[in-house]
Amino acid sequence: MAHDHTKCGDVFALLSEYLDVELPPEACEQIREHVEGCAPCVEFAESLKRTVELCKEYEPETMPKPVSAAAKAELMAAWRKTSGRV
Amino acid sequence: MLKAEEAELARRLLGGDEAAFEPFMEHFRRKIFHHTILMCGNREDAEEVAQEAMLKVFGKLDQLHDPEQVRPWVFRIARNECLMKRRKSVFAPQRELSLEEFRPAREEGENGPRIEIADWTDVPGDALLREELRSQIGQAIGELPETYRAVVLMRDVEELTTEETARVLEISTDLVKQRLHRGRLALRKSLDEYLRIAGRG
Ligand SMILES: [Zn+2]
Repeated sequence: MAHDHTKCGDVFALLSEYLDVELPPEACEQIREHVEGCAPCVEFAESLKRTVELCKEYEPETMPKPVSAAAKAELMAAWRKTSGRV
Repeated sequence: MLKAEEAELARRLLGGDEAAFEPFMEHFRRKIFHHTILMCGNREDAEEVAQEAMLKVFGKLDQLHDPEQVRPWVFRIARNECLMKRRKSVFAPQRELSLEEFRPAREEGENGPRIEIADWTDVPGDALLREELRSQIGQAIGELPETYRAVVLMRDVEELTTEETARVLEISTDLVKQRLHRGRLALRKSLDEYLRIAGRG
């Protein structure tokens, strides 16, 4: 295998921007070319991608207490005032 | 709720539609509460911040010029309330994360180098494992240094764009990207350790 593993460090440093498609096209292409032939980079990229997915699915267990009638009335009054419907 | 649905509720509220009040209020109150719990770690503070922030949201709603931007707009208000409430040292102390500390160990194998990380192949398909990891990630987010936690919450939990996050947190987009990457790497490492301890690695 004549694959250049010195590039793995560049991939590691830019991986989030690569996954978020926020790299300039040229840099993006260079990383894609490397990753396609590099098993450790594929494996690492996959684990980072899964981590981001889990963040997006994250729902905290604790819920706020139901809003009190007084708190709700206060919010409603604030809205009425700005929408000029006093 | 999708950003588009939030924008629709905001548009209706701006148009004076009273039926939009309750769903809008409940939705963002919950969002701010969850965000504040992860930033301050304290339930009472989170209840108060949610109410104070929602008062400001409704009190300034006429200043929301683009309903499509309602989520970042609300979070900007919520963040300021949260900062005022913040108590120090609730969570991990502030420190800078370096890339080096998250680089996986490498070893030379017969077929080229390999990295020493857990086996993540079951993560997409195994519902129970995902459930475990989701609760694990909540804890891991709480353990991130605050500046990294704020960026991860905006980008990956609230799914704001890099530019929106930069505006909400009043930092540059480059800093958003840098902190996001390091924050994600820290979360990845924490889940990786969990997978290994759980004997899945
Ligand atoms: Zn590589």
